[in-house]
Amino acid sequence: MTQFILKRLLSGVITIWFIATATFIGMHSVPGDPLANEKAVAPEIRRNLEARYGLDKPVWQQYGIFLGNMLRGDFGISFTQKNRYVNDIIREHFPVSAVLGVLALIIATVGGVIWGALTAVYRDRWPDSVIMFLVVIAVSVPSFVFAMLGQLGILAMNEWLGFSLLPVAGWGSFGHMLVPALVLGLGTMAYLTRLMRSSMLEVTSADYIRTAKAKGVPPLRIFYKHQLRNAILPVITVLGPSIAAITTGGFVVELVFAIPGLGRFFVQAVQQLDYTVIMGTTVFYGAFLVIMVLLVDILYGFIDPRIRVGKVRG
Amino acid sequence: MNQTLETNPTLTSNPQMTPADFEPLVKTRQADLIVRPSLSFWQDTWQRLKRNRRAIYSLYLIIGLLSFSYLLPLFVSFDIAEQDLTQISQPPGLGRQSLVVDTKPWAGRFVEEGERRQLQTAPFDSRAKVAGLEVVGEANTESVRLSWQPLAGAIGYRVYRHLLVPSGPADLGLPLGQTDQPGQISFEDRLKLQNISYYYSVQAVSYDGQLSDYSTVEVKPRHAISLRAALSRGLVDANDAEAMLGQEVELKRHLMGTDYLGRDLMARLVYGGQTSLFIGIVAPLLFVAIGILYGGVSGYLGGRIDEVMMRFADFVIALPFLLFMILFRVAMGIGPGESGVTPMLIAMVLLGWPTAAKLVRGQVLQLREQPFVEAAQLMGANTHYLIWRHMLPNVMGVVLVSLTFSIPSAIFTEAFLSFIGMGVAPPTPSWGAMCNDGVKSFMSHPHELLFPALFISLTVLAFNLLGDGLRDALDAKMKG
Repeated sequence: MTQFILKRLLSGVITIWFIATATFIGMHSVPGDPLANEKAVAPEIRRNLEARYGLDKPVWQQYGIFLGNMLRGDFGISFTQKNRYVNDIIREHFPVSAVLGVLALIIATVGGVIWGALTAVYRDRWPDSVIMFLVVIAVSVPSFVFAMLGQLGILAMNEWLGFSLLPVAGWGSFGHMLVPALVLGLGTMAYLTRLMRSSMLEVTSADYIRTAKAKGVPPLRIFYKHQLRNAILPVITVLGPSIAAITTGGFVVELVFAIPGLGRFFVQAVQQLDYTVIMGTTVFYGAFLVIMVLLVDILYGFIDPRIRVGKVRG
Repeated sequence: MNQTLETNPTLTSNPQMTPADFEPLVKTRQADLIVRPSLSFWQDTWQRLKRNRRAIYSLYLIIGLLSFSYLLPLFVSFDIAEQDLTQISQPPGLGRQSLVVDTKPWAGRFVEEGERRQLQTAPFDSRAKVAGLEVVGEANTESVRLSWQPLAGAIGYRVYRHLLVPSGPADLGLPLGQTDQPGQISFEDRLKLQNISYYYSVQAVSYDGQLSDYSTVEVKPRHAISLRAALSRGLVDANDAEAMLGQEVELKRHLMGTDYLGRDLMARLVYGGQTSLFIGIVAPLLFVAIGILYGGVSGYLGGRIDEVMMRFADFVIALPFLLFMILFRVAMGIGPGESGVTPMLIAMVLLGWPTAAKLVRGQVLQLREQPFVEAAQLMGANTHYLIWRHMLPNVMGVVLVSLTFSIPSAIFTEAFLSFIGMGVAPPTPSWGAMCNDGVKSFMSHPHELLFPALFISLTVLAFNLLGDGLRDALDAKMKG
């Protein structure tokens, strides 16, 4: 187990280094630089600025400096937001994205498992067709449309109630998070519902279910103890990639609901070519992703004792 | 024995046999066939797909969407950039009638000189209301003319315009201006009028700046077009232009309405579909092709090369997809006058191939161990034959399903990038970019967002359902 984790961590570090390098090359191949936005700067000042941020050095030297700083966990100072450390930007805004993402993930997983189980239980009857129809709609409509509709929904509800039950946009309270998280988790929920349905159907025809039935276990107990528990396994496998999709895919929701998450900063940084912020956020997201996938893999071993991660996948 | 032979009448009466007797009889009755017609793998799949109604309707829908974008412009000419400034953000509908009006400014109404002196010296009552507020002539979207009764002690009048009924003196809406000529008791509003209800309020002002109570009138201007605009658009004949004044003309038709710049929404949806569908279909085709090549080579060669190649694919998968899409997209840049379709396509292919490659590799690894491949090898099949005859056809099914499911995600990616303003460059339309434009005025003109969003949703829905159908049809377990 320890060997497995060490091995995965090593490959994770290499992956992050690869991501950092690819981002660095990609970023520096964009014409212009972050100081190009400073209008009408005297050449001396520009030279000073370049020296301050190390832009006067050749790119490979900048790369070396960047790698050195990254190892020390220092991503530097933002180019466009004066006097803000990239680390501070991440520290302040990532929790917002993370809270939203976690809530979305909880909604998606709980919803997906419940809906999926329901469709399997009521197979080929109306609850099945209704839920599966909704699932198809959920995966077919772009998230920004759902975000807009969600916002409109809040507005209509507040108008109907006569007072503001949920805020339309912004950040701060639980009320701010609810609808954005629902919108964010919708796609994943639909995906998990499908997965849960097929895995439930597979489990239903398994031998141990027949055995349980034969020895007279009550149906509800079969459902909870045998079907649900076994059917949930594939759902857990895809949680890792889902976490990634939800936390990094939050741009649209953050944009529509005016949520100060990290995604918005990244898009802004790319548009302004803010080298340090781009590098910082990309490496951070990369590392986050690698760790999440690893965590899910380890978790999987605990949940399903049949799978010993270290031996099977090594 | 001999006796029986002799007593047999047929043999005795016709002892001579001709060779014709030994010819086989012509088959007159078909024996029952117990074999069904031999179908190739793809014919079989098609048969099963045809039985899936949802998949077939989706196929029709896809064909419909493709012909909407690619065939329709062959028969009807669309202009995606032409701005119809008389019809901005118009809802969908058939032809719209419009009144042709002159655009000469209105002289206005004035109080007579003597009466004016008398009124000006009279005391001003701030509780008094401006009386007799009325619309002069027919209000139209080129000009709304208001007039009212003079109020004692007033030196001027303020005019406001509101979209809702004013709730009090502090809520009169947009201040349009104050009458500036002495004795003027009229106002002409020509500010961006639309074919909706307005509430005009008028307040009198005294010489020392006191304001009187307001009175309000509701006006719904009729859609009108100035004679000059009608002439330049060719809606009226230049020879009898004067005669057309006060007549109605039919405006240019916009079947699906217009956007915030007065551009025809249908034209933009047609050409936007070309962009979105092109990226959505070609990008997956390209990266699946690369995936087949990469995964096939990796799986076929195996060993150390396979491991290195797959490690590289894993790295590319580990890249945060959307971040890199944006980064690549920006890195490649868009030159002036370019649409930005190619950079997006390249970015998608660069990031999309590993999934397909891993899929193909897995299949090839499985196939390599199959008995029929071994048998072919035993019979002396060379690598070329093995790949073309055995590997590719067997991999194709899985690849086709993954291709069908890649298309929706490619269309979503395009829409997402265009939505955050990093997709195609304006004025090139794409469904995603149109959604981005439509969001801004969603509350007042929902059709600008709903139409492109509907087209994206329909496309994605159709490909998803077709993918489901294909997967079921290709699944040999379901055969029966």
